[in-house]
Amino acid sequence: MRRTFPLELVMIAVAVAFLFPVYTLVSLALKDPGQIASSPMALPSPPTLDNFADAWTAAALGPSLVNSTVITVVSLVALIALGSFASYFLARVQSRLGYGLYILFLLGIVLPFQLGMIPLYRLVTDLGLIGTHAGMILFYTGIQLPFTVFLYTGFIRALPGDYAAAAQIDGASHLVAFTRVVFPLLRPITGTVLILNAVFIWNDFFTPLVYLGGSGFETVPVSVFAYVGQYVSQHGLVFAGLVLGALPIVVVFLALQRYVIKGFSSGLKG
Amino acid sequence: MTSLTAFRSRPARAARRRGSAVTPPWLFAAPALVVYAIVVLYPAVSGVVYAFTDWSGIGADGSFVGLANFATLFGDEQAMGSIGNTLLLTLAIVVVQNGIGLLLALGVNVKLRSRALLRVIFFAPVVVSPVMVAFLWKYIYNPDPSAGLNGLLGLHVDWLGDPSVALWSIAGMVVWQNAGYSMVIFLAGLEGVPRELHEAAMIDGAGTWQRFRYVTWPLLAPALTINLMLSTIGGLKLFDQVFAATNGGPGYATETLSTVLYKQAFVFGKYGYSTAIALVLALFVAAVSLVQIYYTRRREVTA
Repeated sequence: MRRTFPLELVMIAVAVAFLFPVYTLVSLALKDPGQIASSPMALPSPPTLDNFADAWTAAALGPSLVNSTVITVVSLVALIALGSFASYFLARVQSRLGYGLYILFLLGIVLPFQLGMIPLYRLVTDLGLIGTHAGMILFYTGIQLPFTVFLYTGFIRALPGDYAAAAQIDGASHLVAFTRVVFPLLRPITGTVLILNAVFIWNDFFTPLVYLGGSGFETVPVSVFAYVGQYVSQHGLVFAGLVLGALPIVVVFLALQRYVIKGFSSGLKG
Repeated sequence: MTSLTAFRSRPARAARRRGSAVTPPWLFAAPALVVYAIVVLYPAVSGVVYAFTDWSGIGADGSFVGLANFATLFGDEQAMGSIGNTLLLTLAIVVVQNGIGLLLALGVNVKLRSRALLRVIFFAPVVVSPVMVAFLWKYIYNPDPSAGLNGLLGLHVDWLGDPSVALWSIAGMVVWQNAGYSMVIFLAGLEGVPRELHEAAMIDGAGTWQRFRYVTWPLLAPALTINLMLSTIGGLKLFDQVFAATNGGPGYATETLSTVLYKQAFVFGKYGYSTAIALVLALFVAAVSLVQIYYTRRREVTA
């Protein structure tokens, strides 16, 4: 027997206890109302998939998945484009003003967004972007830029400037030197930026609730929220909706778990 | 570690060391600056201004009322209670989440057969929407003695309905969701502890506890800094879970700064007052960040 065996047993016991809410979630989603009332803790017998079919249509999850995907993907592209370009400048600039600009960006990490929440809501309304994908994309791009700039700038500073300089001696413009030479070197941090922002944007709740509620362009968490409010006491239906709502991101996580965990743990260390 | 040096190192020094780098044009930062100014800077500055007005959110900007909103806030029992709740909730989350996160990291850091799987299990809730986690836990916290947590533990507690328990129940669900996040950051820190140091300490006769206390713990300082900051800021700003699980109830037992400012703005239409509360929240977050950066940096050592 290995010396680590007792610890292994303890950790597995902890994991089993940790998974109790997940067991509750999945088992209730597979039960009919009678089973939920009579034996809420037991395994579903027999399991039923009816809840899932009902939840899928009642929660309008199909359209919400499309909305969430569009908003997340376009925001990520904008964040990476704007963030990497700005960070290249901020990492290389030598003036005091440039350093001040970097600090100005970092300020956005500390500021709670609630401070500007209402003026921003009014601004987005005035721009006619309430209830649209564009409004959400603008919001996420702006609100996540400070963190994105922080990650990119730290990484670029640790990168030697020689490659870009060599390309420029060969006659490349700043634009070409950055896009052809520097940006490909940023792959590891771009992966981190992608993962952290994707999880945040996909799961964000408050702003899409306020901006998109009732527009027909709701994201997954907003649809699930409305759906749960409607079927509150029908636990089987509610939990089937929660399983379906959480499934896409859980599947992506399980497929990419090594990169996701690495992104979360290394992201803040660069 | 880049993040910590990022605050410290002046770009000028870094660039001079590398010599040949030519500064890219300002234009590279312009698009990001424009979007950042529209979405973050301008609204935050107007938020600060509105905090000193009685703006109702509709039509004209209201009139300047000086510190009246803050006077109201400090005389408002419900709002003051929400500040207390926010601080207690944050303290509970920071201590328990990081304590559990550290224990999980130490356990999973040992070469167990199941360590990869354990890591995935403990981390998984981090990627799920907090609102959905709150709805799940709302059922787990069912007062019914035969279901959920009561059924599992053989208790009869009204987890979210009893005003003296509800706040801690919210902390519990947040810890369940985020302990894995603290774990992976501590794990990254543990990877940076050199084996030779442990071996040397072992040769010197140090026991498990002594090796943890004098070798591992000091070297975990950067990971601890990051974890403390993330969980404190997350706790102070907490909204989604409270909104979905209790909406501040029972009574005002789980009302936090975020839920109060939401209600003042979107339920009562007191936008000026709401932004005053947001400003107080902003000051809390900024103060905590600065204190943590200052104190935890002082005790950092490098391997």
